[in-house]
Amino acid sequence: MEQHLPVLLIITPLMAAPFCVLIRQRVAAFGLAWAVCWATFVMAAMLLGRVLDGGEITYQLGGWAAPWGIEYRIDTLSAYVLLFVSGIGAIVLSFAPQSIAHEIRKDQHYLFFAEYLLCLTGLLGISITGDLFNLFVFLEISSLSAYALISLGARESLPPTRRALLAAFHYLVMGTIGATFILIGIGLLYMMTGTLNMADMAVRLRETVGVHGVSMPVNQTRTVLVAFAFLSVGISLKMALFPLHTWLPNAYTYAPSVVTAFLAATATKVSVYILLRVIFTIVGSSFAFNKLPLDAELMVLSLIGIVVASTTAIFQTNIKRMLAYSSVAQIGYIALGISFASLDGLTGAIVHMFNHALIKGGLFLAMGCFALRLGSTELDDMRGVGRRMPWTTFAWVLGGLGLIGVPVTAGFISKWYLISAALENGSWLVAALVLISSLLALVYVWRVVETAYFQDSPQQQAEVTEAPLAMLIPTYILIGATVYFGVWTSLSAGVARQAAELLLEVTP
Amino acid sequence: MKEILGLYNYWIVVFLMMTGFYIVIARRNLIKKVIGLNIFQISVFLLYITMGKITGGTAPILPAKHFTTGQEFQTFSNPLPSVLILTAIVIGVATTALALALIVRIHEAYGTIEEDEILAQDREP
Repeated sequence: MEQHLPVLLIITPLMAAPFCVLIRQRVAAFGLAWAVCWATFVMAAMLLGRVLDGGEITYQLGGWAAPWGIEYRIDTLSAYVLLFVSGIGAIVLSFAPQSIAHEIRKDQHYLFFAEYLLCLTGLLGISITGDLFNLFVFLEISSLSAYALISLGARESLPPTRRALLAAFHYLVMGTIGATFILIGIGLLYMMTGTLNMADMAVRLRETVGVHGVSMPVNQTRTVLVAFAFLSVGISLKMALFPLHTWLPNAYTYAPSVVTAFLAATATKVSVYILLRVIFTIVGSSFAFNKLPLDAELMVLSLIGIVVASTTAIFQTNIKRMLAYSSVAQIGYIALGISFASLDGLTGAIVHMFNHALIKGGLFLAMGCFALRLGSTELDDMRGVGRRMPWTTFAWVLGGLGLIGVPVTAGFISKWYLISAALENGSWLVAALVLISSLLALVYVWRVVETAYFQDSPQQQAEVTEAPLAMLIPTYILIGATVYFGVWTSLSAGVARQAAELLLEVTP
Repeated sequence: MKEILGLYNYWIVVFLMMTGFYIVIARRNLIKKVIGLNIFQISVFLLYITMGKITGGTAPILPAKHFTTGQEFQTFSNPLPSVLILTAIVIGVATTALALALIVRIHEAYGTIEEDEILAQDREP
């Protein structure tokens, strides 16, 4: 049983999804999905414990030896991503019943749970697999279910809205182009190496090959360069790196609150994980950063993305859209950390994946509470809500402080690592830009605080009350975690540092 | 000449890829976008199939003899890319089905599948 944990982690939600469809009964489907999500969280925690104790775990599917069979390979980074993806999956699902009762038609609830489990399967599968083509399949599982989940935001009543449909369609088109680019990249790498296993491919890319009578390393051939170009563009599309983020704001704004919270916290982070795997495990950082100028490109794009997206967020009137633009900026911070290619920078990037997942998950759950009680996520409708829904508003403010990066919140830890990496690199300008962008975050968070606390509520809000406890508790678990990990960082930054050391192949 | 005829399949792949990509970007009709997306994906399928093929190679099935002439086969094509593409075709079909389902819902909600008209309707209060 114990040695089959890696495959159980994937199989359990994968098998539970069709059961949800067969049950067709929303309470029972929720019970099954809830139990499965928490079970995957427990399994992921056990895996992380085993990886931290005994190092990398490999699991051969069906007993077929790698590199011929599909292999699951869990190192510190994989286990870390598995832990926070499954954890947020479980917490957000616990929040779901009352929120979707308001936002999704009752007869579609069992389908929501099935899609949610499939999306979770895909995201966990990407993080666990050691096989590139398997990664592509899991990527498509998670993406297809994500498109369907977003389209559930369209409804005929209370209040009617149909924009989710076009948002889902646009995401589908952009996501499929991104995934197909990744598929082209995988194909070209396979053409040169004859293997799909990531570890095996890494070895074979460093061997030499004869091209037109000239002997050169495989990773110097033009085919591999093209493969890497396709992969990095495809993955950047999936992780919504500026300027490939255009699908994200509409998708996050019009999806149901629960779906936004889940996808914003996990989907883009898992795409960042794919980028880390491709750069550091497969082609090697010296190839990506020394032979190719990926570090300079990532740095420029992420800095522009941080400033432009934060500024755009200031001018939004819909808070979900504002947080979506903020997500684009936060992806910029993560990419910035990768672009330093140093231990501090990479630690900052990995820990910010974790911290931002908690912060954005918590903020979007608080938005779910507002959407339930106010029936709207417009800034105008939130006037005076701080007095009517004090607990929800307070949770939002704590999350907002994390976005700014105030000390004693998780956001501060990430920014600390990023700024010290920038200073270590001698890039004062980058450090200054990170600090300035925090001020931009302060502006957009303050707009909400000011509206919620210091403006009079409109008349029709007289009956608005605090969100139900079943929704407040999951919100506070995530928001509380951002404060906890702002003070005690051994699990977040400590493990992230270990993962970064493994990726950079430096000994502590 | 060798660059053109010897890499015939790859030229077709690039041509189809760019055609599909252009249709996705340039067309405002949602169905045409899906058609473009399909052409784009299918070009990648061809790329995979082509790289597995060896001139004169046959399918790697045992026994390695022609069933009437009894001739022994020496070279075999790589079956793995074909297998991968079977999976990718399934994913492509699922994507297309989901996209068409979304278009049906969009048509029900807006009464049109022209992107410009949908966006114009959304701008109205």
